[in-house]
Amino acid sequence: MDEMKDVVLKYVINEYLEDEDEVLTYDTPLISGGIVDSFSMVSLKRFLENKYKISIPDDKATPEAFDSVTKIVKLVNEFLK
Amino acid sequence: MAYSDKVRNIYNGSLDEIREKGIFKQERYIHSSQAADIEVEFPTGSALKKVINMCANNYLGLSSHPDVIKAAHEGLDTRGYGMSSVRFICGTQDIHKELERKVTEFLGTEDTILFPSCMDANAGVFEAILTKDDVMISDRLVHASIIDGIRLAPAMHDTFKHSDMAHLEEKLQLHADKRLKVVITDGVFSMDGDTAKLDEMAALCEKYDAMLFVDESHSSGFIGKTGRGTHEKYGVMGKIDIITTTFGKALGGASGGCVSGRKELVEMCRQKARPYLFSNTIAPVVVSGVNTVLDILSKSTERRDKLEKNTEFWRKGLTEAGFVLKDGDTPIVPVMLFNAKLSQDFSKALYEEGIYAIGFFFPVVPQGQARIRTQISAGHEMHHLEKALEAFIKVGKKFDILGKTKQEIIAKYGQ
Repeated sequence: MDEMKDVVLKYVINEYLEDEDEVLTYDTPLISGGIVDSFSMVSLKRFLENKYKISIPDDKATPEAFDSVTKIVKLVNEFLK
Repeated sequence: MAYSDKVRNIYNGSLDEIREKGIFKQERYIHSSQAADIEVEFPTGSALKKVINMCANNYLGLSSHPDVIKAAHEGLDTRGYGMSSVRFICGTQDIHKELERKVTEFLGTEDTILFPSCMDANAGVFEAILTKDDVMISDRLVHASIIDGIRLAPAMHDTFKHSDMAHLEEKLQLHADKRLKVVITDGVFSMDGDTAKLDEMAALCEKYDAMLFVDESHSSGFIGKTGRGTHEKYGVMGKIDIITTTFGKALGGASGGCVSGRKELVEMCRQKARPYLFSNTIAPVVVSGVNTVLDILSKSTERRDKLEKNTEFWRKGLTEAGFVLKDGDTPIVPVMLFNAKLSQDFSKALYEEGIYAIGFFFPVVPQGQARIRTQISAGHEMHHLEKALEAFIKVGKKFDILGKTKQEIIAKYGQ
C-alpha cells in the first residue's frame, strides 16, 4: 500500500509539477487544488490501469476519487481485489 | 424583451470582476495602414500619436505592400466583393483552387483546404479526422485555438511537457494501443518565440506510428532558409502529416487560414469539418492578395533574409543593454519583466517614447512571467529599430532593470 502511494506520488510530481520547489504530499488536493486539470486525469487513469493491470470504469474515475494520492490508492485497491 | 435589470446586472458584475483583476482589454484605434509607422488614438479621444509598431504579426511587412494591394484590387474588379456562399454550394472560384495549389506547393504537402481563419482550421480539423478510438497528444503550450479544437473532438486527449521529448515518448508508449495517434504542436510558440523540435518529433512519430500536426501560424513565410516554415528549418519537409497556418500574419495579414497535409486528411476536412462546411468562403479580394504574397515569396527570400538580420540586431541590442530575454532565434522577442504591473507601466512609458509594444501577463502567460512581447518585421528599417532600442534602454534605466537578473527584478518589483 505504502509502496503504491510512493509510485503514484512520484508519477504525479513528475507529470504535473512544473516548479521544483513545490511540495506535494499524499493528501495534497490535486484536482480541487488546481494541480491536475480534468483533461490531464486521462493520462493518470491510463497510467494506473497499465501499471496495476486493472480497468477503472469512467463513472468511478471522478474528480473526487482522483483528488489526492491517498484517494487514488484507495480507488486502485478497490479494483485490485 | 427579456433583458431585465437583473440580467444587465449579472453581466455588469462579470465585467467589473474582469476590471478588478486588471485584465480588462481595451482596443487602441489605429488611423493608418498596418506598417512600421502607425498613427494611434490612445486613450480614446486623444490626439493622434505617431509611433513605431513593435507588436504586429506583420513579420514580412506585406500587410500594406503595393503589389499585394494591387492584386487585391484586381481580385475585387475581376471576381467581385463577396461570394454569399459556403465553399461547397457556390463559393469556390478558380482563384480559391489556385490558392490551395500554391499553398500545397509552398509548404511541400499533398493537398490543402482553405478555412475562414486558422482558428477555424484548428477548431475543425480534429473532429473531422478522429474518433473516440484515437488519441491526441499535445504540447502543453499550444495555442488556444488548438485547445478549442481538441475539446470539440471525440478522441482522448493527453499532454506532454513543453518541448520535452522524453515525456512525449512516454505518452506515445502509454497510448500505444490506440487506433490512431496524433502528436500536436505549434511550430513557433507565439508567447515565447521558441521552435518545436520537429526533427525529433518526426522521428518519434515514425517510431510509434503517430501522425504529426504542426500549427505554423507564426512560421509560414519566414522560418527556414526559404521561409517554408519550421519543418524546413528542421529538415523534415514532407514528414509533417497536418499543417495548419494563417494568412492573417506574415502572409499578407488580412484573414483566412488552411489545413495542408496528407490528401486523405484534407479530403476528410472537405467532407466533415464544420467551420468549412458552415462558414462563408474567403472573400475574393483576400484570396487574390494571398496568391500574390505566395508569388512574391516563391521568387525571392529577400524579405525573410531582411527579417532575420533585423531580428539579430534587435536581440543583440537588447541583450547587450542588459535586458532578460527568452532564448530563441525567431522574430518573437519577449523582454521579460516578470511582474504584471511593471509590464503595464513599462508599456505605457514606451508609448510615451513613441514605441507601441504591449505588456502580457497572467493568464495570457504563466503567473510571474509577465513580459513585453516584441515582434520584428521586415517592414522595420534600421532607423526604426535604433529608435526603438534607444527608447527601451531609456525606459529600462527609468525602472532600473538593466543588467539585473530575473531574481533581482523580482526582488525589486515582486512576482
